[in-house]
Amino acid sequence: MHEVTIGIAGAAGDGLDKSGDTLARSCGRLGLYVYAYNSYQSIIRGGHIWLKVRVGDEKVYCHGDNLNVLVALNQDSIERHAPEVQEGGAIVFNGDRIKCDESLVRKGVQVLALPITEITGELKEKYGPIKPIMQNTIAIGAVAFLAGIGLEEPTKVLSDTFAHKGQEIIDLNIGLLTVGYEYAKKNAKAVQSEWNMSGKRRPFVTGNEAIALAAYAAGCKFYSAYPMTPASTILHWMAAHQHETGILVKQCEDELSVVNMAIGAGIGGVRSMCATAGGGFALMTEAIGMAGIMEVPVVVVEVQRGGPSTGLPTKTEQADLFQVFGASQGEFPRLIVAPRDIADAYQATVESFHLADKYQLPVLLMSDLLLSEHPETVDAESFSPDVKIDRGELVEKWNESDGKYRRFRFTESGISPRALPGTANTLYVSASDDHDEESILISDMFTSPPVRRKIMEKRMRKVENMLKELPAPELEGPKDAEVTLVCWGSTSGVVKEAAERLTAQGTKTNFLVIKYIAPFHVKEVTELLSKAKKKISVEVNFTSVMAKLIKMETGISMDGHINRYDGEPLEPQEVADNVKRLLANKPKDLEVSEDEAREMVYHYLRTHGGEKLRPVKVIKESSNGHGEPVWNIEIAERVTGKKGGSMKIGIHTGATYSFEKAES
Amino acid sequence: MATVIELPVDTYKGPVDPDWCPGCGDFGVLKSVQEAAGRLGVKPENLLVVSGIGCSSNLPGFIHAYGIHSLHGRSVPVATGAHLANTDLKTVITGGDGDGYGIGIGHLLHAMRRNLDVTYVVMDNQIYGLTTGQASPTTTKGHVTKSTPQGNIESPLNPLALAITSGATYVARGFSGEQKHLVDMIAGGMAHKGFALIDVFSPCVTYNKINTYPWFKERVYKLEDKGWDSGDFYKSLEKSFEWGDTIPVGVLYKTDMPTYEDGEPNLHKGPLVKAKLGADKAVFKALVEEMI
Ligand SMILES: Cc1ncc(C[n+]2csc(CCOP(=O)(O)OP(=O)(O)O)c2C)c(N)n1
Ligand code: SF4
Ligand SMILES: [Mg+2]
Repeated sequence: MHEVTIGIAGAAGDGLDKSGDTLARSCGRLGLYVYAYNSYQSIIRGGHIWLKVRVGDEKVYCHGDNLNVLVALNQDSIERHAPEVQEGGAIVFNGDRIKCDESLVRKGVQVLALPITEITGELKEKYGPIKPIMQNTIAIGAVAFLAGIGLEEPTKVLSDTFAHKGQEIIDLNIGLLTVGYEYAKKNAKAVQSEWNMSGKRRPFVTGNEAIALAAYAAGCKFYSAYPMTPASTILHWMAAHQHETGILVKQCEDELSVVNMAIGAGIGGVRSMCATAGGGFALMTEAIGMAGIMEVPVVVVEVQRGGPSTGLPTKTEQADLFQVFGASQGEFPRLIVAPRDIADAYQATVESFHLADKYQLPVLLMSDLLLSEHPETVDAESFSPDVKIDRGELVEKWNESDGKYRRFRFTESGISPRALPGTANTLYVSASDDHDEESILISDMFTSPPVRRKIMEKRMRKVENMLKELPAPELEGPKDAEVTLVCWGSTSGVVKEAAERLTAQGTKTNFLVIKYIAPFHVKEVTELLSKAKKKISVEVNFTSVMAKLIKMETGISMDGHINRYDGEPLEPQEVADNVKRLLANKPKDLEVSEDEAREMVYHYLRTHGGEKLRPVKVIKESSNGHGEPVWNIEIAERVTGKKGGSMKIGIHTGATYSFEKAES
Repeated sequence: MATVIELPVDTYKGPVDPDWCPGCGDFGVLKSVQEAAGRLGVKPENLLVVSGIGCSSNLPGFIHAYGIHSLHGRSVPVATGAHLANTDLKTVITGGDGDGYGIGIGHLLHAMRRNLDVTYVVMDNQIYGLTTGQASPTTTKGHVTKSTPQGNIESPLNPLALAITSGATYVARGFSGEQKHLVDMIAGGMAHKGFALIDVFSPCVTYNKINTYPWFKERVYKLEDKGWDSGDFYKSLEKSFEWGDTIPVGVLYKTDMPTYEDGEPNLHKGPLVKAKLGADKAVFKALVEEMI
């Protein structure tokens, strides 16, 4: 596989996402595969944004851990990311405004300082002054050359993007793109040019867009939501397309309303869905049980972000498993499904509507910020509108001569044929109190232990029947592996690549992705894992919740855990290194690394008004009375390079022991 | 306009008899809802009665119609979802003061502001009946209840003023002891296009020994008898504060405004539940193409 990873760094509002989009779409149209990840790191002034676009001529399953081309839109970005660019790569920036110190650049990396004023002279004459945001397009032109994707496709993408703004804007942007491309062609060597381009055009989509599109394909007619990152983009897509799709999109006053409306719509007879993040889902819990006891089909999407509480609103995590697993009091059948990638999110959403209707229960679809918000190229065939819509056992017509209709009839399958309100002769109450076959309450006036026993058993029978039709998880990779990695959700892409890397390096590694959380394939997972040699869970959380669930369901413990809980997704090499560490029985190093110390200084300076300063040197020192070794960080003035102060950070605890500003 | 074929009240006789305490105000409300539905000729299968939790919220179990007996405080959003799914159904929400004005007040305000075309009948007994007699949001100041043994120190909220200012377009009050009048109030609300709130004095004979039938009988008078003009927003708002020796019942405020349904284009082609299932191939293709 040929690949290249482009990083675009700048301040929030620099128009980063647009630039990345042009690049990624161009690749997607050429038949290349793209996986992009936008990490909003707010460690440097202005809110630092770091967008990574990984391109390959075979499918890329995660954002990886390479950096071949850096586009830096401000000085901070150079300082922060220039050292990461690998040999053979290139650094691109506006040479009129930004400097790139030699000491930051690795051997064999090209430095391309674009002389923006000089190369845009003609454009300025024709179209007027070049605005700062336009430098992005010039940089993208340069990247188009460096990444070997040519000028033609980005030109077309820009024409499409600016189609609504008129020909002059299109021409200006194409002009900017071209000067960037030509400059790079004259002054640099392409970083990648040996692509196998299939020319197959692929949609470039986020997980949330796939979920929304799938809901449309599955016949969803009602979508309710209350804004909350990272679920909001489902609402945005739904609202933007409500006229074409005919889906009624309802923004509610809170998540209590959201879920209760969705359930009401389910009772009313349409396929309905709602989505939220962990905090919103916490408000929904009581109603999930209501859908369970009333046997209402409804799809609820829970997109995880960093918690607890408001937590890390724009960062990824996989720590809500037990909140969703345990949502609501009492026991009732529910399906919990956690798709692993974007194509799977589409398929899982379609399936969720089907199973919700068939088994008349709430389906809880778990995503995470990485899966929901990262865009990726996906084969258009993965998004099929040919969905066979089966509403399950519905009573269309009931004559008085058919006898009394019983909404909750005790059946072998546990599924009771459902009549929708409006149907004659099948009247019933959907009750949140437990009830008999005819939906008459058995909670106070008439209590009946045997009826309660039988209706519990009827409802719970749906679980075993549903499990039979859910595909069991399978090991992926070599059968005779030494190591088995266990994961779920978006982490599976990283794990796949880590396993392949480990295997290639001689440590045979396979992996298991758990997609169905409830009901759980106890028998199959027990069988697979009891034969596995070294079992390691890989999750973006602190407490290894999937490993806990597996232990609870199968009694099998992992031999080790790999966790990340700083808000960022795991990366393949990080996983591979940790596997090797665990195999060597070494404990995890929790010390503040040199890089982390530097980032902690950036954070501190930003929040304590030291924006004119930056860290320059990081030195390890003994405790000096602080009770632990410390990083002593030398701080300099950004512009003059003069001594700006110093700071001390504890290597074990991360405590800030001192910050001294130099007299100015 | 289609001619209305009235239906007899026992069309709506439920599968079980109510288990309310003998004398509970809710009996009169149940009967009035049944009569109002009959007067408007709503067939049982086209009537959807939605409640929360409370003595009063047990009502859907006692009426022959489709029903949803939802969660405490959530009747309004559940009803909203069901109603939007199938706008052919006549949706009536029923519940208590705790359910609607306490735990569920947030939803109620927003439903009124949307002017959703549903009718909400609150059986206001100024007490939490089902949980055996604690103070509710409409319990008057000084009232000794199980949760306020020293007398209630909070002021009651004014549901009618709230409804008028929040955007409800039919705001009325009834009294369970004035059955015929109550039927008029409920039928009027059901016939009205837009959100109708009907606050009903429905005495809890077991746990509210202050706001009893005789207490209300002494005080209530009918606005209709005074030739009340229900079309003046500010006058109605002012009137909604009358509480003491005289308390008005009747239609306090009524106006015609576009409903939520009017503003929602996806409802203009008929109920969602009757819409074609699945994606339109051409639309779907265009949506995917947009992503390339
Ligand atoms: C979430 C939740 N909290 C508390 C309760 C307990 N509860 C049931 S009914 C009720 C109050 C009912 O008062 P009201 O709505 O006025 O009805 P009434 O019984 O007076 O008719 C309460 C607090 C509940 N069912 N659910
Ligand atoms: S407790 Fe009060 S409200 Fe409940 S049924 Fe008895 S009288 Fe009616
Ligand atoms: Mg009450």
